[in-house]
Amino acid sequence: MSFIECVDLTHIYNAGMENEMLAVENVNIKIEEGEFVAILGTNGSGKSTLAKHFNGLLLPSSGKCLVDGMDTKDEEHTYDIRRQIGMVFQNPDNQIIAAIVEDDVGFGPENIGLDPHEIRRNVTAALRAVDMEEYRHFSPHHLSGGQKQRVAIAGALAMNTKCLVLDEPTAMLDPRGRHEVMDTVSRLNKERGITTVYITHFMEEAAMADRIFVMDQKHLVASGTPREIFRDIGAMKKRGLAVPMAAEMAYRLQQKGLRITESIINTEDLVRAICQ
Amino acid sequence: MSIELKNISYTYMPKTPFEHLALDDISITVPEGKITAIAGHTGSGKSTLIQHFNGLLKPSKGTILVDGVDIGKKNTEAKAARRKVGIVFQYPEYQLFEETISKDISFGPMNIGCSEAETLERVKQAMAFVNLDYDKYAHRSPFQLSGGQKRRAAIAGILALQPKYLVLDEPTAGLDPKGREALMEKFRRLHRERGTTIVLISHNMDNIASYADNVIILNKGKVTMEAPPEEVFSQKELISQAGLELPEVKTIMNELAQNGLEIQNNAYTMDKAVEEIIEALRRKGKC
Ligand SMILES: Nc1ncnc2c1ncn2[C@@H]1O[C@H](COP(=O)(O)OP(=O)(O)OP(=O)(O)O)[C@@H](O)[C@H]1O
Ligand SMILES: Nc1ncnc2c1ncn2[C@@H]1O[C@H](COP(=O)(O)OP(=O)(O)OP(=O)(O)O)[C@@H](O)[C@H]1O
Ligand SMILES: [Mg+2]
Ligand SMILES: [Mg+2]
Repeated sequence: MSFIECVDLTHIYNAGMENEMLAVENVNIKIEEGEFVAILGTNGSGKSTLAKHFNGLLLPSSGKCLVDGMDTKDEEHTYDIRRQIGMVFQNPDNQIIAAIVEDDVGFGPENIGLDPHEIRRNVTAALRAVDMEEYRHFSPHHLSGGQKQRVAIAGALAMNTKCLVLDEPTAMLDPRGRHEVMDTVSRLNKERGITTVYITHFMEEAAMADRIFVMDQKHLVASGTPREIFRDIGAMKKRGLAVPMAAEMAYRLQQKGLRITESIINTEDLVRAICQ
Repeated sequence: MSIELKNISYTYMPKTPFEHLALDDISITVPEGKITAIAGHTGSGKSTLIQHFNGLLKPSKGTILVDGVDIGKKNTEAKAARRKVGIVFQYPEYQLFEETISKDISFGPMNIGCSEAETLERVKQAMAFVNLDYDKYAHRSPFQLSGGQKRRAAIAGILALQPKYLVLDEPTAGLDPKGREALMEKFRRLHRERGTTIVLISHNMDNIASYADNVIILNKGKVTMEAPPEEVFSQKELISQAGLELPEVKTIMNELAQNGLEIQNNAYTMDKAVEEIIEALRRKGKC
């Protein structure tokens, strides 16, 4: 049994109304326990809509979404599903709930019924993981854009869930912060087997996943390992996407007549191909 | 002319336990007709800084001159000067408030007295600029958009004002790769064709290297560098001290150099990097 499974999932916003909007159509996806998957796709392709089904925040208009075997439509499972999925939404501002950073980070854990000791411990560890410990008594509204994003990530980490769903968690971070978040997420995945769903517009980040799903205009159009997905630069560009910088560089060198036969998705690959 | 900041300091929540000096004695010039990038670590003061450009935040100390006019004054001249500066905020949600996208983008032009026809024309132009199809999106709610679509709508709202100084806080955050590149190209064209002065805050060092004429680096509320990109990115130590990183292209080139490829290693952009590598390989007879 897969940890997350979508079967013919379709989502229509405002169904039946004048402003009805088909956002995701007939998506079939299986994400295994312990897997790290990335979701790519252009603006409006349906990534966030799909991801919000994974914790039951949105329910399928047709088809279904199963989490750990539980149908998200089944109300009796809502709580159990929320206990398993930590979610970082795209806009950290919409996620701010409490007046103080530590309460904000503690809100999720409290909501899923963790005991106060554990909450305190988790909150501290989570704030440390995103380097925001010194801001714990601040108001989240009085933080910079990137600081808010870090707090939102901490909120999901503190829930200690089996699965993390992160929707563009690094969009507002400086380069170093981006690397730190990536390291934290991949460490949690490797060391603790946290199932990770990572939506991003950064190809270098997606290259670190086990598997990549590509959305295009409401549909899931490709899936495979980063090497498989980034092999076809033309297809990625046609979809409005890209490939990691090193792969792009290799491609341009090839166009100038350099023979590169190896698959290149990161700097190490490129160095090996050119400097040997 | 220019936007000129003279000894600007800004303190958030003064005289409280949370008092925070976000800008510390900043003097910079944003030259007219150039693309200026502002970079700095999370919390370095970038967003605080640009909110001074049109008087949204009032400095605790110092003066701001827009085309020579002190915008802190309470006269019509100062008001006109403030209006020359259009700011797109870091989070588009702060900017979107009307019930439809077209009303949202119309708000600015109407407010500065454009006729209905002129306003509609500007809305259409601005939406085309950010690649939001007018027929498809004009009458939709800005709140029912994807993250990247919201950002596009927010940018369009300021573009429609046709400001002389266009200031953008992370304009490409949340945009897909194609949208990112297309938008940067269009900013460049706007700058070339209309002479619009562009200021952009960005965490994307590669974008800065490719598009900026002038870079300002902030570190903990202070300006640590103000120079063209080549100069800024050749100062590896200072970049690192400011909590930043070199452009990805430069990092790759450094790796290649360290592994024995004899490149000049002056490239900061993809095009130049590819040229350098090919040259180096030709010299070695490898291609
Ligand atoms: N609340 C909503 N009501 C109606 N339509 C919506 C709503 N949210 C999103 N949409 C529409 O559904 C489609 C998919 O949006 P979604 O947010 O899933 O895209 P996305 O792939 O996450 O894009 P982005 O990269 O810009 O975040 C878009 O066309 C969007 O306009
Ligand atoms: N409204 C506010 N009240 C109090 N302090 C604030 C407020 N906004 C920002 N600050 C603080 O001022 C400092 C500068 O914030 P600013 O938003 O200018 O940073 P930034 O460089 O834009 O960062 P980012 O890259 O994360 O957006 C930060 O330490 C932040 O915590
Ligand atoms: Mg999204
Ligand atoms: Mg900011």
